[in-house]
Amino acid sequence: MRAGALDWLLSGDTPRSRPLSALCFATLVILAVVPFVFPQTRSIAVGARICVFIVLACSYDILIGYTGIASFAHAMFFGIGAYGTGIMLAKAWVGWGAVLIGGSAAVVLSVVLAIFIGLLSLRMRAIFFSMVTLAIASLFLIMTTQLRNITGGEDGLDFSLPFQLTREFVLSEDRFLGARLDGRFVSYYLTFAVAVGLFLLMLRIVNSPFGRVLQAIRENEFRAEALGFRTVLYRSVGSAVAAGIAAIAGVMMALLLGYNGADATFSFDIMVDVLLMVVIGGMGTLYGPALGAVIIVMAQYYLQPLMGALHDALEGWPLLPHIVDPDRWILWLGVMFVLIVYFFPSGIAGRLREAASTARRAKVTATDLATRPAVSPDSPV
Amino acid sequence: MLAKLRQADWQPHLLLPVVIVLGLLSMQTATWVTLTAAGLAMGMMLFLMASGLSLIFGLMDVLNFAHGAFITLGAYVAFSVASRLAPWLGMDTVGGTAALLLLVAIGVAIVGGLVGLGFERVFIRRTYGSHLRQVLITMGGLIIGEQLVVVLWGSQPTTLRKPSLLQGSFTFGGDIAIEKYRVLAIVVGLAVFVALQLVLTRTRLGLVIRAGVEDPEMIESLGYRIRRLFVLVFAVGSMLAAIGGAMWGMYVELLNFHVGSDIGLLVFITLIISGLGSMGGCLIGAVLLGIVANYVGFLAPRIGVASDVLLMIAVLLWRPRGLFPLEAK
Repeated sequence: MRAGALDWLLSGDTPRSRPLSALCFATLVILAVVPFVFPQTRSIAVGARICVFIVLACSYDILIGYTGIASFAHAMFFGIGAYGTGIMLAKAWVGWGAVLIGGSAAVVLSVVLAIFIGLLSLRMRAIFFSMVTLAIASLFLIMTTQLRNITGGEDGLDFSLPFQLTREFVLSEDRFLGARLDGRFVSYYLTFAVAVGLFLLMLRIVNSPFGRVLQAIRENEFRAEALGFRTVLYRSVGSAVAAGIAAIAGVMMALLLGYNGADATFSFDIMVDVLLMVVIGGMGTLYGPALGAVIIVMAQYYLQPLMGALHDALEGWPLLPHIVDPDRWILWLGVMFVLIVYFFPSGIAGRLREAASTARRAKVTATDLATRPAVSPDSPV
Repeated sequence: MLAKLRQADWQPHLLLPVVIVLGLLSMQTATWVTLTAAGLAMGMMLFLMASGLSLIFGLMDVLNFAHGAFITLGAYVAFSVASRLAPWLGMDTVGGTAALLLLVAIGVAIVGGLVGLGFERVFIRRTYGSHLRQVLITMGGLIIGEQLVVVLWGSQPTTLRKPSLLQGSFTFGGDIAIEKYRVLAIVVGLAVFVALQLVLTRTRLGLVIRAGVEDPEMIESLGYRIRRLFVLVFAVGSMLAAIGGAMWGMYVELLNFHVGSDIGLLVFITLIISGLGSMGGCLIGAVLLGIVANYVGFLAPRIGVASDVLLMIAVLLWRPRGLFPLEAK
């Protein structure tokens, strides 16, 4: 019965590999207890950032992994969500109403924009979609830096958060199991709950009949069209769903940071990060991109400083300090990215699933050979 | 003849003349001449960078997102060659300047072509047929390429000076001024266009390439090794991108590691507008983009920065496959 409930929650799409289940379960548990076990401000910030990027990376996976189209405008929708919230909180008033209005306006704008881009470019060959999204994303990036009085230009926007999310808001003076019960605590668990909810929602979407059509389009567009599915419509709606969820992730980011700027949510660097998360984790699995988000965010916060320390420690050695120079970070990420696309195109999650299904098949064949008679006279042919 | 004309989509051919005439009607003649020349020069440099990409896509159905890295590479190689050679060749003589530009062009072409050969082998060869993998791999290639530029030349912006003889402008009748460098850009662009057209339409190699764009399978079944052809086209395309990058770098005079991917965006827009059909279409698309950018920048500077993307959206709404698409594809 309990397995049935879990199955229902995951829309029947379980990790299907023991190591993958373990990794996902560990991620969930650790993220659930961060404020208690690692109560430092920095680790709570890392945990919350991981939650936001899980949502962002998984929504991108709907597009690139399940539908097979590469968009470079995904960070744009993320930024629209963050700016929508930020502009309302900075220019209108501070409160949940402003968050709701700004956030929903941003989501609507993102969905409309995604459908527009889809109709504009998906009628042509899919490769045009990548180029058109790149162009439109750069237009938005330029616009945010130009419209200084609305978006704060290159300095970005500082804004106050609703009172319940600030440090001044105190649930209880006493610490509870080591956690400080203030607005940041509320903020973390709000982010965590929304992330879990959206992840389950996305699992449902990709396993729905609609999601199956998207995968059919990915596998063979011509055949899907021949079966009577309007592929342009499905792809446009798919990209609209992904865009809407990315905008919600942007709202979450704005509510975490209390600041928004082009570098925080809009820039091409964010787009590259998300691409890395999805590809490293495994396209078309949702579990993979979530793990990818964990890996990349952790690496940014902890591996980069480690490289810096190593660089200083190796001062004087030939060549070695250059290799671990923190400035080379992006170079190594790029190399790793290309190697993964080459040799493990299905990413971590895909790889683990393949291993599991090979093992399962081997087991089934072995038992089959042992129990089934080689030829049975009355077996149907 | 008339029936053929009626069948062909002739309206896109009118777009560029209409834009130029509209420009003439909405500003003073002197300004118009200056801006049109500037737009033409910009368009020619865009064409240099876009022509290779267009050929590569047409022949092998490969879209190289790392094209911008070749543009950056060209600009930086030009910087290295020019800064080493400039003191040797008297920079205030016509002969010295011409020799310098020639040597820079040769150096950039050699490096661009060789790196293109290597890039095709490492990054492109295993991705034929899968667009998604191509986008991902070449995007990774762009990141790696840009970072290698940082490793080799540093992350600080560098200045690449134009030769002193090419600074300043020609003035006519007092109020018309055309930058000398722009004239050079137009001449080089036209020369490359004519050379490409001659090779494509007057040689056996060009015949095979054009046939390959039209129907690659047929070319293979006739016994041509299309892969070898493609390697050649890829190297030439990278070479053109590098030369275009060198010209562009000397034009803006300020280099950083993402100079190529910044302008690379305009290159992509050029391809989308022109519809990836032919060299001529690519040239018209590039010039259109350059001229519109200059007109809009003068008439409505506030939306000037967005003019390229807005032009692209307008064109796609009018002709969803671009202005001059290849009929077969």
